[in-house]
Amino acid sequence: MTSNIFNEHMLEVFLFETYELMEQLEEQLLNIESSKQMTKENIDEIFRIMHTTKGSSAMMQLEGISVLTHKIEDLFYYIRENDLTGINNDEITQLGFMTIDFIRTEIKKLEEGKTPDGDASDLEKKITVLIAKLKDPGKDTAKAKDKIAATDLQQAITDDRKGTLYEAKVTFDNDCGMLNIRAYTVVRNITDYCSSIAHIPEELMDNDEASDIIAKNGFIIRFNSEHHQEEIEKVLKESLFVTDIRLAVISDNDAGKSGPSKEGASTEAKNIDSQNGVQQKKGIISVNIEKMDRLMDLVGEIVITEAMVINNPDLKGLQLDNFQKSAAQLKKLNNELQDVVMSIRMIPIAATFHKMHRIVRDMNKKLGKDVELYIYGEETEVDKSIIDSLGDPLIHLVRNCMDHGIEDPETRKKANKPEKGKVILDARNNGSEITIRISDDGKGLDRHRIYEKAKDRGFTVKAEDEMTDKEIFSLILIAGFSTNTEVTEYSGRGVGLDVVKKTIEKLGGNISIESIFGEGTTINMRIPLTLAIINGMKVSVGKSIFTIPITSIKESMKIKKEDIVKDTSDREMVMIRGKAYPVVRLHRHFVLESEITDLTEGILVMVESEDNAFCIFADTIIGEQQIVVKPIPAFIGKCENANTGIAGCAILDDANISIILDVTGLFSQIIK
Amino acid sequence: MDTDNDKNLAQQEEDTQKDRYLTFSIGNESFGVEIKYVTEIIGILPVTVIPEVPDYVKGIINLRGKIIPVIDIRLKFKKEAVDYDDRTCIIVVNVEDITAGFIVDNVTEVITISGDDVVAPPEYKECCQNNYIQNIGKTPNGIKLLLDCRMILSGADQIAGL
Repeated sequence: MTSNIFNEHMLEVFLFETYELMEQLEEQLLNIESSKQMTKENIDEIFRIMHTTKGSSAMMQLEGISVLTHKIEDLFYYIRENDLTGINNDEITQLGFMTIDFIRTEIKKLEEGKTPDGDASDLEKKITVLIAKLKDPGKDTAKAKDKIAATDLQQAITDDRKGTLYEAKVTFDNDCGMLNIRAYTVVRNITDYCSSIAHIPEELMDNDEASDIIAKNGFIIRFNSEHHQEEIEKVLKESLFVTDIRLAVISDNDAGKSGPSKEGASTEAKNIDSQNGVQQKKGIISVNIEKMDRLMDLVGEIVITEAMVINNPDLKGLQLDNFQKSAAQLKKLNNELQDVVMSIRMIPIAATFHKMHRIVRDMNKKLGKDVELYIYGEETEVDKSIIDSLGDPLIHLVRNCMDHGIEDPETRKKANKPEKGKVILDARNNGSEITIRISDDGKGLDRHRIYEKAKDRGFTVKAEDEMTDKEIFSLILIAGFSTNTEVTEYSGRGVGLDVVKKTIEKLGGNISIESIFGEGTTINMRIPLTLAIINGMKVSVGKSIFTIPITSIKESMKIKKEDIVKDTSDREMVMIRGKAYPVVRLHRHFVLESEITDLTEGILVMVESEDNAFCIFADTIIGEQQIVVKPIPAFIGKCENANTGIAGCAILDDANISIILDVTGLFSQIIK
Repeated sequence: MDTDNDKNLAQQEEDTQKDRYLTFSIGNESFGVEIKYVTEIIGILPVTVIPEVPDYVKGIINLRGKIIPVIDIRLKFKKEAVDYDDRTCIIVVNVEDITAGFIVDNVTEVITISGDDVVAPPEYKECCQNNYIQNIGKTPNGIKLLLDCRMILSGADQIAGL
């Protein structure tokens, strides 16, 4: 019963698959719940998911899960066979969700290297009770079901006239243990080759006696197949621990009539078939993220090296037509390579967003609220590493909206709001970053209460009317702040929002809150799309080279003396087409020596951050280059203020380092 | 003394890095860093200045595609700055996943100082400088001040220094 006979890889695949399946199952259940009815597709899909989970967890010797999934399978089998699409869905979905939670906890344990020891017997009992309940109201239907199943099987086998009916007796190495599971593996292996299967003992997974029977009599399978006998024998032999196989042809062409009529077996076979079909269609491989990172790094280095070769100083002044041609080709290919690698890492945010449906659903039930989740821009693609870190902050924020933001239906009614609350998740792409917005139409933030509380806790010393809304609202992001006096299961402990803030900042993004009291709250998060390659404009200041992301540049220009305006505090502005733009002098901001200090001698680059435009003053423009964004070493980060206007650094084609400007940071630091 | 060291080495064959120090000098003083922290020694490279950091953080360098910060140990210990020459070295250290370069006047050698020859520095009351000296090592060639790399990279005084 030890899991160490399975290698790491198998475990990894199992975990990945099961997590994925649970997500799909969740989606199905939510689907059922929102449409208030179960379609045949829903049931088939759930059946497939449960079946796969059952099989793989049995392979991994996770009895708890395999038994539980088997039970669920029973339940849905019953529903399907009796066409009970109109029954009390709530109870079923509830059980489904509980199952998901149980399985998730179990495989989480496995992932962390612990023993999955959860007890599902309670849940199993509940399912049994539910099945009994479903059966009880009309015993006729139960009988009808038997009939249907029987005719189904007849149908299945008579349809398969083309094949040959085989009977195989498989003997296993008696020492291998878990004979029923070994037998199950055999069945799985053979399903690809045949159209219908029946076996003795017929129940493999959920039957303690099965092992004994197999040990005593061997495992007997009957199936229809169009394949040759040798072929089938080979397949059977491939299964683990098989010691002996006796394969016999029972009947040719006329398989149907003498076929074994074991109820359920044929349906099972069909099921496995369809499941295999789905898997084949996908054609997806999962790759270790570390390998992806390595690939990304390599591509980054190639891009730099390419620039080093093409702009090599040794080539200066030479007429090299062929070289230029090849260089252009190389550049094109490299760009393509880069795009492909980037696109591999980019995944739509949809999965993360859809997880929120479950949160909303659970909280609706628990808190007695009526909230609907709206999702926009789920197709927005973000780097995988960023998506991974986004899940928890989003969960937290959605919970906050539900718990603190949206009022219960009665209060809403009194406030003249629709009873149904709204939580909106919205993602959109803004050039090199994405904006994620979570808004609710709840009660909004109480400026005064937040201020009082912050003052109580010593988070602020300013007077209330001196602070802007934004400043006050940002107080709730401080660790140890919670306006909810009551601690609930979901929120109110004052841990959380600060963690959200930290996580977002770690990703290089920022978070801000807008709110109108009584009308709702919106939380804005700006997060860089990727930690990867950008197009940058290099400008020089003295000996240093800075890179400005091309996406934020509007234009660059030389200006005349008469365009320069100074205000009373000596701050410089330039008039461009009748509008005054503030000027940020890089040499002054970064305290660098530069000979060019006259605004008319250098160059002004107009950049835009969010909706604000301003001009950056530098000595000259050097040119455009693709750069790989590298973070400033953590050590330096420690001694910096948060927003110094540096987004990262990049290695240039001459192996020097250039600092990448963070336009938004620069703006917020200099201009209020 | 030497035989003692040899014996020690033999005993700790599995851990050859133990008790071994890379020594370097700044002005007239000799320092040592534990060899286990040292990744490599390189000549001085072009340094990119980073704004708004303490003066001893000279900036960042490009070490074969990896960007690491460099600290001028001279300035860190509040000594007078000197121009870099071809004796100037950068000792690349890796402490708890932080990689950084120490700019030093010159690197001397790798020596073994056994535990017996290492003593704790006296505890001065007001001098916080001493925090960076973990131990004092006695060698035939004089006293080596053994640095606490972790303290140097902890950045504890950097924020205060701003």
